[in-house]
Amino acid sequence: MLEVENLHATVDGRGILNGLDLAVGPGEVHAVMGPNGSGKSTLSYVLSGRDGYEVTEGSVRFRGADLLALEPEERAAAGLFLAFQYPVEIPGVTNMTFLKHAVNGLRVQRGEEELDAMQFLKLVRQKAKALGMSDDMLKRAVNVGFSGGEKKRNEILQMAVLEPAFAVLDETDSGLDIDALKIVADGVNALRGPGRSMLVITHYQRLLDYIVPDRVHVLAGGRIAQSGGKELALRLESEGYAAFADKAAA
Amino acid sequence: MARLAPIDETAAGPADSGADWLTGWRNGPADGPDASPDWLGAARADAAGRFAGRGLPDRRVEDWRYTNLAHLTGLELDWSPAPADVAKESLPALVFGREAECRLVLVNGQVRPTLSTVPALPGGTVLISLADALASGHPGVADLLRQRVAVDGGALKALNDSWLEDGYVLIVPDGVTVDMPIEILSVGTGGALPPAYQPRNLIVAGAGSRVTVVEHHVGLCIGGYFANLVTDVAAGAEAIVRHCKVQDESREAVHIALLDAALDSGAMFDSFCFTLGGRISRNELRVSLDAPGAHCRLNGAYLAGGRQHCDHTTSVDHVAPETHSEQLYKGVLDDRARAVFQGKVTVRPDAQKVEGHQMSRALLLSETAEVNTKPELLIHADDVQCSHGATAGDLDGEALFYLRSRGVPEGQARQLLVEAFLNEAIDAVALAGMRLPLERNVARWMAERPRP
Ligand SMILES: Nc1ncnc2c1ncn2[C@@H]1O[C@H](COP(=O)(O)OP(=O)(O)O)[C@@H](O)[C@H]1O
Ligand SMILES: [Mg+2]
Repeated sequence: MLEVENLHATVDGRGILNGLDLAVGPGEVHAVMGPNGSGKSTLSYVLSGRDGYEVTEGSVRFRGADLLALEPEERAAAGLFLAFQYPVEIPGVTNMTFLKHAVNGLRVQRGEEELDAMQFLKLVRQKAKALGMSDDMLKRAVNVGFSGGEKKRNEILQMAVLEPAFAVLDETDSGLDIDALKIVADGVNALRGPGRSMLVITHYQRLLDYIVPDRVHVLAGGRIAQSGGKELALRLESEGYAAFADKAAA
Repeated sequence: MARLAPIDETAAGPADSGADWLTGWRNGPADGPDASPDWLGAARADAAGRFAGRGLPDRRVEDWRYTNLAHLTGLELDWSPAPADVAKESLPALVFGREAECRLVLVNGQVRPTLSTVPALPGGTVLISLADALASGHPGVADLLRQRVAVDGGALKALNDSWLEDGYVLIVPDGVTVDMPIEILSVGTGGALPPAYQPRNLIVAGAGSRVTVVEHHVGLCIGGYFANLVTDVAAGAEAIVRHCKVQDESREAVHIALLDAALDSGAMFDSFCFTLGGRISRNELRVSLDAPGAHCRLNGAYLAGGRQHCDHTTSVDHVAPETHSEQLYKGVLDDRARAVFQGKVTVRPDAQKVEGHQMSRALLLSETAEVNTKPELLIHADDVQCSHGATAGDLDGEALFYLRSRGVPEGQARQLLVEAFLNEAIDAVALAGMRLPLERNVARWMAERPRP
């Protein structure tokens, strides 16, 4: 589904990713862990096509296409979704309006018919209910005045409504209490299926108790420094990232 | 047919040296000075002298530093245009398709009864033309007008003071609530020469009265004209006056409007101005908060593209203690458009416990668009809360990326963000039925704007 090869990326002329390789097959959930500042968010932004993140070498194939050649909205239409580490506030645009433009923007790009107001409302209500979100939150401006936890839940709502083939979750767990974490994990698990893959970026092992990954990767020194099964996450939890810091420097 | 000369920004200022653009003006209004009461002829002559002595304001006049009217001097104007043919059926399309409950129509500044729909208004409320009010010697009108005309309020006001021929007059007696919006539709339309017209409007709201006025200013021609409007508002104690103005003049028109409001104790003046049209436009508000509890809210939203120049100038005078004012102006500029926001807040000595807040925000969609902002706080009391702020910038790049990452195409995402930006100002329009059309106008403007 996703094949990243020898990816090099710079921000402000500074090399952040230095030859990253990663392959995620259909239906797989991979976790990416790593110390702060190791480039996890950079990877997520490079995948979703944010300005200012320049790819200097390497390739990314997504469902057979050259992902890096696509505009951000085209990547979304191809099935990519990024749950932002820091969800953006948009004053003046309600959650409902935002979702409606997103749903229909994707449908139009895919040559499907737009949803009418009734169909759309039904879809969103149902997903919001499953995530324990009130109608009131749907009417509020996107993320404006939301608590940290509400913002993260809002990302999961968008994911649930848009049903992407590939979701990148960038530290969706940080700042969540245990109850919120469970709700978010349930939302993510509800989307798991044979055709759907995920890249779960996290700093802590905790989330992986709820979203059990097929593979765990350690990002350090701008590349995948080690990969393993879910037990690798447990080991990192007890040993920390110090070993990788040395490795990266070496 | 006469064509408007292109605007020459470098053309020099005052044009009081016998330039032809004023030839028709020198002849005075069509009814002639004799047909009217004595005081009127004298007032006109006095104002004409004031204007002639000063000419058009140029950059040396502080208030007009950023808005240059030299364009006008290149025009040959028709100051007494013959009544133009306008079909009544064509009117609803000019006002968002709204059917009129109460609509007074002016064409080139003259009230046209046959195009208007004015039902009986509650409690003796009067909506008539200034021409009729003057002819019938309506006492309230003459007194207020004499008093306001005597005030030296700058060259353009003097030009309007020198005319006093027609306009609308709205008088709401004490304690009367008028529920239906009073709609004023001002249509500008060209002739062999571009018309010049100068309506003088009066809104007199008695103590405890409530009224809403919705003004639409539209062009029925693609050519230019010069509209120089003055509206005087007097709001009695506890009166609530809402004034909503949509300025969608022809893209070649010059629209200069001054509204001067005086508020008694506990009165509220709520103004919203939506500016879309005109080659050069200025909407100036002067509000005097004369007694404790008086309160005004001045909001505006504007969209300008091409080489449009739009100016919003406000001056709020906190004469009395315990008076409040708040202002929010938001605009979107594209191409080579220029906007001006000048906001003056004065707090007089001893006007304690005053609150005055002002904010101007502009969104610049192109690198050649420009906004000039000049806030001015003149505070002579110590127990006051005043603030002002101004921002000018591009769309929020993060929000744009967020939308695109969710599958919203870039153009649509930009449009959504522009609408969201302006809606903050539009949402403040308490007037039912106006929000949606205004928002649609924004959407249409965005959809139609030329893309690089
Ligand atoms: N927009 C940016 N501007 C400048 N530096 C950035 C930007 N984004 C990330 N960086 C830098 O890139 C490095 C990796 O950051 P990031 O990808 O956010 O790491 P992580 O998500 O693993 O904590 C850090 O040194 C960070 O300071
Ligand atoms: Mg990060």
